[in-house]
Amino acid sequence: MDWMQILAAGVLATIGPVTAGYALSAIGLNLQFGYAGLLNFGHVAFMLVGAYGTAMTVEFGGPLWLGLIVGIVAAVLLGLLLGIPTLRLRADYFAITSIAAAEVLRLVVRSSWSEPLTGGVFGLQGFGGAFHALNPFPTSELYGFGQFVVTGRALWVILVGWALVLLSTLLIARLIKSPWGRVLKAIREDEDATRSLGRNVFAYKLQALMIGGAIAGLAGILFALEQQSLHPDAFQPRITFILYVMVILGGAGSIGGAVLGAAVFNFLFFATDALMARLQANIDWIGAILSPAEAGLIKYVLVGVALMLLMVFRPQGLLRSRDEGRADAS
Amino acid sequence: MKVEPMRPELNIAHEPGVAKADPVLIIDGMRRAFGGLRAVDIDHLEFQRNTITSIIGPNGAGKTTLFNLLTGFDTPDHGQYSLDGELLIGVPAHQVAQRGMVRTFQLTKVLPRLTVLENLLVAAKTQPGATFRGAMLGGWQGAERQNEEQARDILQRFGLIAMANEYAGRLSGGQRKLLEMARALMVGPTVVMLDEPTAGVNPVLIQSLLEHVKGLRDSGMTVLFVEHDMDVVQSISDWVVVVAEGHVIAEGPPGVIARNPAVIEAYLGKHRGEDVA
Amino acid sequence: MEAGRQAPPTATGRAIRWISRPVRLLLVLTGTLFILAWPLSVLAQGETIGGTLVYRAEGERTPVEGVTITVSQDGTQIGTAVSDADGRWEVPLPGPGTYQVSLDVTTLPEGVTLTDPTKVELPNVAVLGGQGKSVIFPLGEGQVSGVSTYERIGALFVAGLKLGATIALAALGLSLIYGVTRLVNFAHAELVTLGAVLAYAFHASGIGPSWPLVFAAIPAVILVAWFGGLQSSYLWRPLRKRGTSLLSLMVVSIGLSFALRSLIQLTFGGQPVAYQDFAGQSAILVLGIPMVPKHLVTIGVTIVVLFLVTQFLQRSRAGTAMRAVADDRDLAESSGINVDRVIQLTWILAALLAALGGIFYGLNESVSYEMGFKILLLLFAAVVLGGLGTAYGVMVGGFVVGIVVEMSTLWLPAELKVVSGLVILIVMLLVRPQGIFGTRERIG
Repeated sequence: MDWMQILAAGVLATIGPVTAGYALSAIGLNLQFGYAGLLNFGHVAFMLVGAYGTAMTVEFGGPLWLGLIVGIVAAVLLGLLLGIPTLRLRADYFAITSIAAAEVLRLVVRSSWSEPLTGGVFGLQGFGGAFHALNPFPTSELYGFGQFVVTGRALWVILVGWALVLLSTLLIARLIKSPWGRVLKAIREDEDATRSLGRNVFAYKLQALMIGGAIAGLAGILFALEQQSLHPDAFQPRITFILYVMVILGGAGSIGGAVLGAAVFNFLFFATDALMARLQANIDWIGAILSPAEAGLIKYVLVGVALMLLMVFRPQGLLRSRDEGRADAS
Repeated sequence: MKVEPMRPELNIAHEPGVAKADPVLIIDGMRRAFGGLRAVDIDHLEFQRNTITSIIGPNGAGKTTLFNLLTGFDTPDHGQYSLDGELLIGVPAHQVAQRGMVRTFQLTKVLPRLTVLENLLVAAKTQPGATFRGAMLGGWQGAERQNEEQARDILQRFGLIAMANEYAGRLSGGQRKLLEMARALMVGPTVVMLDEPTAGVNPVLIQSLLEHVKGLRDSGMTVLFVEHDMDVVQSISDWVVVVAEGHVIAEGPPGVIARNPAVIEAYLGKHRGEDVA
Repeated sequence: MEAGRQAPPTATGRAIRWISRPVRLLLVLTGTLFILAWPLSVLAQGETIGGTLVYRAEGERTPVEGVTITVSQDGTQIGTAVSDADGRWEVPLPGPGTYQVSLDVTTLPEGVTLTDPTKVELPNVAVLGGQGKSVIFPLGEGQVSGVSTYERIGALFVAGLKLGATIALAALGLSLIYGVTRLVNFAHAELVTLGAVLAYAFHASGIGPSWPLVFAAIPAVILVAWFGGLQSSYLWRPLRKRGTSLLSLMVVSIGLSFALRSLIQLTFGGQPVAYQDFAGQSAILVLGIPMVPKHLVTIGVTIVVLFLVTQFLQRSRAGTAMRAVADDRDLAESSGINVDRVIQLTWILAALLAALGGIFYGLNESVSYEMGFKILLLLFAAVVLGGLGTAYGVMVGGFVVGIVVEMSTLWLPAELKVVSGLVILIVMLLVRPQGIFGTRERIG
C-alpha cells in the first residue's frame, strides 16, 4: 500500500484550487449561517450566479475585469432578491425556500430557453483565457518535490485562490470584531431581544446574506476560471450540503473555522478517495464487491454520515468550545 | 411592607381611562383579536410620566398582548397610541425601541453566547461601527470606549459588574432579569416596560430587584410592568391598571384597587378575604 | 442515559435490548446495509446494449430523456432501460448473442418521433463476448399528430393526477411526521426511492427473485415501513431524548438523506431503469382522453389508499391518538397516550405510504437512485400548500402540485416543469406559510 501516494493525494487536494474555492464559499456561508444564524440551504446559487455572470460577460466579448465585477454584483443582487421576501420567515421555512430558489435558478439556467445566454445543458466553455494569460509561471513547468508537485498553471490558480481566501478572512474578521458583527451575533442568539434593543434585525440579516453571497460568488468565479468550463449540474444542492459540513466541522461562527473545515474536509475526502481506489484495485474481496465507480461513491456516503455525527456529537466543530459556539444555537 | 405615599399628580379620579396630568403614553381605541377571541379592547388609557404603573389582571386578560402591541411586536386591528405625542401605529419593533420605549420579556431573553458586557453594548445607541459602512471604515473605537464606560456604570449599579466578562448564558434566573433591565437602560429609554420582572426570581432577590425598578423611575423614566404578585404591586406601584378580558376595568392607587369589588370579582375571589394592604 | 426507561414498544425491540448498545447499533447498521445491498443488482460488467438518444432539428442536438427501450431475445424480455438526462441508456445482457431492441414510442416526448417510424425495433443486434454494443435510434421532428387541444389538455391533466398520486402519498407521510414530531424530514425522499428500488430488486434485478411487480411490491413496502420504524426507534427517538434542537434534527435528516442517496447510488447504480411489467401499454380512450391503464390504476389505488388513511385517522384509536399528539403533545401525553409509540407508528405509516408512492412513480416514470430527491421539493410544495401537519390538505395539495407541474408544459419546456411546482412552494411560503388548510402558528 503506497501510503505516500494517498497522503500526497490528500495534501495536494488540501492546498489545491478546489479547497481554496470551497474555503472561499465556506467563508461566505459562515457569515450567513455561523454568525447571523441564517439557514441558507441555497448557498450554491451564489456560486452559480457569480460564475455565470463572469463567464457570460467574457463570452459576449467583455474584458475579464468587467466579468469579475458583473459576477460579484450578480451575487450581491441575488442576496437582495432572495433576502427581501424571505428573511422574515421562520428558520426552517427559510431553509426550504432557499433550496427551492437555488434549484429554480439552476433549472432555468439549464433550460433550452436560456441556451442562447447560458449555453443551457451544454454549458459554457473557453472563457478563462484572459485569466490564465496573466499567469507568470510557465504552464507546463512542475513545481514542488517528490510526490507533491503541481503544474505552473495550477500554481497560479492556487496562489490567486488562497490570496482571495486570505483577503476574505481579513474582511470578515474586520466586520465581526466590529459593533456590526456584535449585532449580528446578537441576532443569531435572539432576534426579538435584539429588536427590542433598537436594532433593525432585517437589515443586518440582509447585509450578511449579501456579503456572504458576494464571497461565495467569488468562489464560483474561481472555480469557473480554473476549470475553463461551466455546467449547471456542477451547482446542485449537494455542494451546499458539503459546504455545511465544512463550516460546522471547522466551527460555525469562528474566524478561521470555514477555512480549517474546508481543508480538513478535503484532505479526508480526497485521501479517502485515493485509499478506496487503492483498496479496490489491490485487495481482492473488496474489488469483488465494489467496482471503481462504486468505491468512489463511498466518500459521499461518509459525508452524509459525517454531517449527522457532527450535528449530534460536536456541533461546535473543531475551533469552538461547547459553551461559546454550537451550530444548533440551542 | 412599605406603601409608597401617593404622588401629587396622581390625585385624580379612580376611573378606567382617566386622563393624566402629564401623560407620556396614550392609547386610543386599541383592539386586537385572535380568531374570534378579543384579546385587547381598550377605549382609552393614559400613563403618567415618571411613575411606576403596574398592570394586573387574571391570566389571559391580555396584558402581554398589550405589551406586544405597544412595543411593535404585534399590530393592533384598530386604534392608535402615541409616545410623547408621537404616533406609533405600524412602527416596527426596533424603531419603537429607538424612539424610547423598551421592553423586557416574560421569559428572559439574554443573549447567552455574548458576555454580559456585550449584551449591553449591543444596545448602545451611539455607535457608528454598528453599520456596515462604519464597520468597514473603522474609527469606531472612541465611541466603543465611551459606551463601555457607560455600560460598566450600569452594571455596577445593578451589581453585575463582577460578571461583566462572563457569558450571559451562565447567569442565574434573577441575574438574567437584572441584565435585561440593565440592557434596557443602556438604550436610554423614556418608557421601560417590564413583563413580569419578579417571575421565577428567588424571593430573597425580589426586594433588591424592586429597588432597581424604583431607581429607574427616580432616574426620570416611566415604568410599566405586568405583575401577578400583589405584594410586589402594593409595595412599589404609584398607580395600578386592572385589565380583565381585554378591557380596563379599574384604575387607581394600589391600596384602593385592592379593595375594589370589581377587581376582586375579576380574580374570581382569588384574593377574597385576604388582607392585601 | 435516563434511568427507568419505558419498555421498548416492539417485541423485536425488547429482544434487542438485551444486547449491548454499540453492538446493537452495529448490527442494525450492517443488517440494514446488507438488506438494502443484497437484492440490488450490481450492473454487470459483462455484455450490454446501449446508446444515446438525441433529437436533431434545425442543426441542434438535444438529448432526450425518459424514453423506454426494451431488449428481448426470441420473444423473451431481457431487460429495459430508460434514457437519462443525457439521453444515455444501457441494458445489461446475460451473455453474447443476437437480440431485438425496441423503442417504446409512447414514452417519446411531445413532438419527437423516430425519423423512420418503421424502425421502432432493431431485429438483429449481435453482441460479442464482453462487448458493450451501441445502437442508434435516430429521432427528429415529428408531424404534429392530429391531437386535439382537448385531448392534449386532458392527457396532461391525467398525467398530473398520476404524478400527484405519488406526491400525495409521500407528502402525506411527510406531513404526518411533521405533525407529531415537528421534524422537517429531508430524508423522506429516500423512503420513496427505496420503495421503488426494492420493488425492482424483487422484480427484475437479476439478483434475487423475479416476481411480478405486483408481488414484488409487497416485500418492498414492508421493508421500507420497517425501515421507517427503525429510523424512529434508533435514530430520531434517541436524538429527541437527548434534547437535540429541531433545526439540528433537520440538518441531521439532510445528512441522512445524502448518505442514503449515495448508498443507493452505490448499490443500485447511476442509471435509471424501468419495471418490466406493464411496460409499453397502449392508450385507451376514456371520456375521449387517451389514457394508459397503469396511470388509471395508479390514480385509483392511490385514492383508495388515501381514503383508507383518512378513515384510519378519523375512526381508529391509533389514528385519533396521532391527531391528538399532532395537536398538542403534552396534553396527549397527560391523557395517557404513549407518545413514543404513536410517533413510531406514524413513521411506519409514513414510510409505507412513501414506498407505495415510489413504486407508482417508478411504474409511471423510471426508477433511479435520485428519484426521491428529484421530487422532494415537490413534496415540500404539496405539504406547504396543504398545510404542514394537516392530512387532508396535503392529500389535496399533492394532486394540485402534480396537476400544475404537468399542465405547465403547455407553456413551459418539459425540462422546466418542476419549476412550476417550486414556484408554488416559494409563493406559498411567502404569502401563506400555514397552507390553505393549516392554522396560523408562530410562523414568521
